[in-house]
Order: sequence, then C-alpha cells, then structure tokens
Amino acid sequence: MNSPSRTRRALPCAILALAVFFLCGAGDPASRFKEIGHQLMCICGCNQVLLECNHVGCPSSDGMRNELMAAVERGESDSLVQQAFVQKYGPTVLAAPTATGFDRAAWIAPFVALFVGLGLVVLVVRAWKNRPAPALADGLRPARGADLAQYRDQADKETEL
Amino acid sequence: MALLGSYALLLALILSAYSFFVGLLSLIEGEGSEYLGETARRAGIAVFAAVFFAAVVLVMAAFNNDFSIAYIYHHSNRDLSGPYKFAVLWSGQEGSLLFWSLLLSGYGFVLRLRYKTDPRLFAYASVVLAAVQVFFFALVTFAANPFGMLEGPMRPDGSGLNPLLQYPEMVIHPPMLYLGYVGFTVPFAFALGALIMKYPGEKWIHITRRWTMVTWGFLTCGIFLGAHWAYYVLGWGGYWGWDPVENASLMPWLVGTAFLHSVMMQEKRGMLKVWNMWLVFATFWLAILGTFLTRSGMISSVHAFAQSSIGGWFLWFLIISAVVFLFFFLMNSKHLRSEHKLESVMSRESSFLFNNVLFCALCFVVLWGTWFPKISELVQGNKVTVGAPFYNRVAIPVALLLLLLTAAGPLLAWRKTSAASLQRNFLWPAVAAVAVAILLMVTPERWGSPFGLRPWVDISSFYSLVAISLGVLVTLTIASEFYRGGRVISEKTGQGLFASMVQLTHRNTRRYGGYIVHFGVVVVIIGLAGAAFNQDKEQEMGYGDRMTIGGYTLICRSYTEEDNPNYASEWAMLDVYKNGRKIDTLTPERRFYKASQQTSTMPFIRSTLSEDLYLVFEGLNQDNGHPILKAHLNPLVMWIWMGVWIVIAGTVLCLVPNAPAMAMQRAPDRKLVEHAAPVVTGD
Repeated sequence: MNSPSRTRRALPCAILALAVFFLCGAGDPASRFKEIGHQLMCICGCNQVLLECNHVGCPSSDGMRNELMAAVERGESDSLVQQAFVQKYGPTVLAAPTATGFDRAAWIAPFVALFVGLGLVVLVVRAWKNRPAPALADGLRPARGADLAQYRDQADKETEL
Repeated sequence: MALLGSYALLLALILSAYSFFVGLLSLIEGEGSEYLGETARRAGIAVFAAVFFAAVVLVMAAFNNDFSIAYIYHHSNRDLSGPYKFAVLWSGQEGSLLFWSLLLSGYGFVLRLRYKTDPRLFAYASVVLAAVQVFFFALVTFAANPFGMLEGPMRPDGSGLNPLLQYPEMVIHPPMLYLGYVGFTVPFAFALGALIMKYPGEKWIHITRRWTMVTWGFLTCGIFLGAHWAYYVLGWGGYWGWDPVENASLMPWLVGTAFLHSVMMQEKRGMLKVWNMWLVFATFWLAILGTFLTRSGMISSVHAFAQSSIGGWFLWFLIISAVVFLFFFLMNSKHLRSEHKLESVMSRESSFLFNNVLFCALCFVVLWGTWFPKISELVQGNKVTVGAPFYNRVAIPVALLLLLLTAAGPLLAWRKTSAASLQRNFLWPAVAAVAVAILLMVTPERWGSPFGLRPWVDISSFYSLVAISLGVLVTLTIASEFYRGGRVISEKTGQGLFASMVQLTHRNTRRYGGYIVHFGVVVVIIGLAGAAFNQDKEQEMGYGDRMTIGGYTLICRSYTEEDNPNYASEWAMLDVYKNGRKIDTLTPERRFYKASQQTSTMPFIRSTLSEDLYLVFEGLNQDNGHPILKAHLNPLVMWIWMGVWIVIAGTVLCLVPNAPAMAMQRAPDRKLVEHAAPVVTGD
C-alpha cells in the first residue's frame, strides 16, 4: 500500500476522530438545555440569564424554562429555538447580540480595537528604538562591548537560579 | 433640622466656589498674590467642615425618625437597626451624592493640609479639586437635595430600607466604592495641575502614586465587597452579572490599574508621560461616567438609582471636563515629550506598553458592551441585550493575554533583556505550567475540581484550563523573583532564606508588594476558573425527601414559618451527607419585609476550599406547602475571597516605606568574592 493512499484513508478518520472528540456531549438534551438556557435572558426584568433567574415570585422564568425544555426534547436546533423565543419575547431575550447585521459590530469592534492598539504599540516601540541616544554628561562614557558583556555575565551569575 | 442641612450645603457650595475662583485668580496673578491663594486654600479646608455638618444632620434625622424629610421617609423606618440607619446616608440618590461630596471634601481637606510638600503644585491641584467640588455641591444643593421636605401630612413611619441592603456588607460596600471613585479625583487634579503649570520633572508622579494606590485599594475592596454581597445575598449562586452598574466600577479600576503600572515607567525612565496623563484623566472620567450611568436612567440596570433629571448635569460635566483637559493637553503636550530611547523590544518598557494596551482593550470591551444596547437602539431602532455570553467570549481571551504578560513582565529587565536570560528564567515555570495542564486533563473528575478538566467539552472548560496553567506560571515566576533576590541577600549576610526574603521585601516594598498583589490576582482567577464546573439542581422537598448534587445528599428534616416586627420568614432545615456521613445542617430562608413589602432570599452556604454548597429557599408549593429548594455546587469560590485578601495585603505592603539600604556584611567562613557584589536595590 503506497503512502499517499494511506494518508488519504487516515485523514478522514483523523477528522472524524477529532469531530467525535470535540463534540462529545454536545447532543445530550440536558447539556443542550443548559447551554441554550445560558444564551437566553429572563424577561421578568431581573436582568439575569434565564437559568440563573432567582427573582422571587418570578412570573416568567418557569414558563420560559418549560418552553425551552419542550423545544429541546422535540429535537429543534439551537437557532430554531432562539428564533422562536425572539419571535415571542423580542430580541432582548437573547443574552448576547447575534452575528448578523449591525449586531456584528458588537463582536468585531473590541477585537479591532485590540489589534489596532497592539499595532500602534509596535509602531511606537519601533519609533522609540530609532530615536538617537540621549547625550551624556562630560566625562561619562556608556559601557560597551566586552565591558558591558562582562557586567551582564556577572549580574546573571549572581542572580540566576 | 432640614433647613440647617440645606444651609450647610449652600455654604459648602459658596466656599468651594470661592476656593476655585480666588485660587484661580491667585495662580494667574502669580507672585504677590500668595495671601489670596492662602484664603482660597483655607476656604477649601472649611468646605469639609460645612459638608460634614450637613452629613451629620442627615444621619441624625435618620436616627430621630424625622419623616418630614422625604429622603428619610423613603429610605428608613422606625424598626431599622442602628448600623442600617447610619447607612441611610448613602442608600439613596440624594444621600449618596451628599456622601460623594463629603468624601471629595475629605480628600481635599487632606490635600490642602499637606500643601507644603510642593506649594505651587498643590495650589494648582487644589483649584482643580475645587472645580469638581463646585459641580457636586451645585448638584446636591439645586438638583438632588437630600433635605427636601415630604409633601402632604407627616407620616408615622418610613418606607424602610430596601431589604437587599439590610446586610452588613452593604454598610461597607458603598463607602469603599465611593472612596475609590472619589479618590481618583486627586491624581487627576495633580496631573492636570502638573500639565497646566508644565511641572518640571516627575515629582508630581511620586506625590500622586500613594494617593492612587490607596484609592485603587479602596475601589478593589468596593468591587469585591459588591461581588461578595451579590453571592451571599441575592441567591442566584453567582457573584458577577456584568450588570451596567457593576461594569461602571470595573472600567475605572481597569484603567487605574494600567496607570499604576505605567507610572513606574515615567518614574524610572521619564517615558510614557502622554500615556499617563491620558490614563489618569480616563480613570477620573470613567468614574464620573459610571456615576452618570447609574443615575441617568440611560442604561437599564437592577442596581440603578431611580431615573432622574441629574443625568443632564453629569453629561455636561463630562463634556466640560473633557474639553478642559483636551485644551490644556493640546497647549502643553510638547512639555510631555520624552527624549529617552528604547533599547530593545524585549524590555520592561515594552511590556508596560503592551500592558497598557491590554488593560485599555479590556476597558473598551466593558464600555462597548455596556453602551451597545443604547447604540443599537439609536442605529437600528431596537435594543439588544449584551450579557455574560458576550463578555465571557470577548473579555476572557484578553484577560488571559494579560495574565501571560503578568508572568513575563517581572522577568524582563529595564532597557534590555537577552533572549537567553528570558529563556533561562522562564523555562522551568513554563514546563511546570504545561505539566499542571496535562495533569488536570488526565485526572478523573471524581477527584473533584479543578481535576478532571476536559477542555474539549466546552469553551469555558478550555478557558479554565488556560487560566489555571497561566496562574501556575505567574506564581512560579513570582516565587523565583523572591527566591533569587532572597538568595543573594542570604549569601551576603548569612541569614536564612526566609529572613532574607523578608528583608528583600522590606527594602523594596513597592516591587515585592506588587508581586504579592499579582499572586492575589492569580488566586482570584483560579477561583473564577472554577465556574466551569458549576452544577445546580432544583427540587420540591417534603419531610425526609432527598436531593443529591455532586457528592452530597441533602435530606429535608423540617420547614416552618416565623414572624417578627421587621419581617415574616419561611425556612427549611436540611441535613447534608457526604460519603454516608452527616457533615452539616443548612437552613436556607426566605423573608418578606413588612415596611417595604419586598421579598428576599437568604441563601445558606457551606464553604470549603474546594467548593461551595449553596442552598436557596425558592418558594412553597401552594398545594401541599412543601418548600422548593435550589442547590448549587460552586467549586473554588473561596479562592476568590482569599485572593482579594492577598491583593489587599499586597497593596498595604506597597504603601509601607522602604527600609533604608543596609551595607552587605560578609558572612564568616565563606570564600571572599573576587569582584564587588551588585547591591540588591529596587527596580
């Protein structure tokens, strides 16, 4: 059996194994209920995630949890469940913005800000590195070359683990 | 009595205005106007006396049950106990603004007494502080006066304090938080003063550093007291909900932390002056923005005060303060330029830059998430919710990057660090961190959290694994710093290693206190990582019924109701078993407060180092009267509170003055060193 043929057979198996590896537990109803339940908000005004609402005497959370459980037991997909809740309770029932339309800006902006910030720092660091060295007082000379290396070695030896 | 309080506030306003205008005039006039400047300073001191009097009047009105004052009527009642009557001062909108003004004036009082440290700089700072005082006193005098009279006939009793606030931590949490918020006005005042007068050198940073550290310490306490209260009182089993009011406290904390780090670079190398100026302004501005958020009604929150018109006042103050700062920055920014060169990307200077960016990015995430519902409403006409799933997905990766930097930063030297040195010092801690990660993944779940982590199950498990591994990395790099420095002293003096590490710490309390703060943060993060293992279960329980959660079995022994003048309560008693042995008895409770007509749960929590068993009395089955109980199993929560104590201890240590440098004594019976040993000094 030649090597490319073996690789062609091994690759799908590896992908399948990885998929099983990463998706273990993903389909279990209890896990799905918990996962989707943490993506929805209780609408009673407590401002808490549905499965964490402890608003005493809450008129909403029990009913919403029962609806969610029924939808999960019917085998509906996550997106279908979320759509049904949005249609019934409005977009604020979702605990986070969606990845569609203007809502995408919620997710993108922080990472854009981070990368722009990091990029600016890189530019600043380069600019500072290229500055001319400051002038020293008369008679002073910075240690260089072998002298500097000797002092560095000594400091390293005296402080290393 | 109310009239006295109102006049005291008016007097405070007049004195603040005098301190501002006359102080400003004195600065403009320059030499020859010292007398004017002195009267302005003394007026600033007198402000504290006036507002203190007003605060005393309000507190006395609460203790005397003077329900003719609307504020006392709405926030107190006859049966409220002493400490909570005292806390009435800050439990409502108007009182909390008076309390804010009191603390601001207190800080101003101390600042103006210590003016001899640098009279000219303190004069500028005093004027800036007076301007802020004018705003707050105008607010409490004209827009949110706590001494307003109740309309209509005198009521026999008040509405009472919100039962959720009738908890010891609620007596401490707001003062701590406000000491933090308000305290950031002082570094800002010094910074703006230094900018306006083109202060030569970095002495203003040295003067400001302790103020900032104390303020940051208070804000840290305030934030975690709030989280602790939420966990122990609210009964949802969590401690942080990313509520806008919570976020409002986190934003100045994040930027203030960046400033505390970045300021070192200005002190040591005279660099990052522009950064620091903007960081300290942003910290002050975000503290005011947070107050605007909680009081304007623009953002909905369970914590927010009632919606009022004072939002407009805060908006104008935010705009004016930003314009004033920007004006002076543009005028004097050339003064902030540094001539110093960066010698290497692998240096502590670079790490501080990246540190600043990450903290500011985190702050932006929180700010963006808090405001996005409003932005969405303006742009697309409908509100959206930005809750925990957003923050967990966006903020946690940035926080983990910051944790990585926390490990690397202390190992980087000023100016330049060789790759070989970094590798040498980083290698074994990194190996240990990877080993810990592997151990957590391969161990069985029955060992209890954090063992048995399966990062492939969900993203929160993955984050927990990374957080704990990085925590180990940071801890080991901190330990190596203490060990290396302690060993040098031990070899030179002959002292034991531990005594040498103590001496090392005392000789540079700021550096080593800072390491202890970092360690405290690591402990907190490990506690937060436990959330990946949380479990919960809800069940109706009659006499003898059982509930199992984790390794625990709970058996309901009894349930009953009680009544007292303040509240009526329902509670249950449950025996807790583990491995077949009874280990505890828990009594979760639900109360109905009569004066305020509000219901509140009193969870019962059994805390251990490995996990919390958290029990909530959710309600009663109306048909059979059985209690409905919810049990949470929350691993590692105690680590959060322990970590906060370590952070506070580290902060206090940072404030301790350094011991004077001692000459190294040669230890007897040791070989003479050929070359002079380097003196172990601070960073």
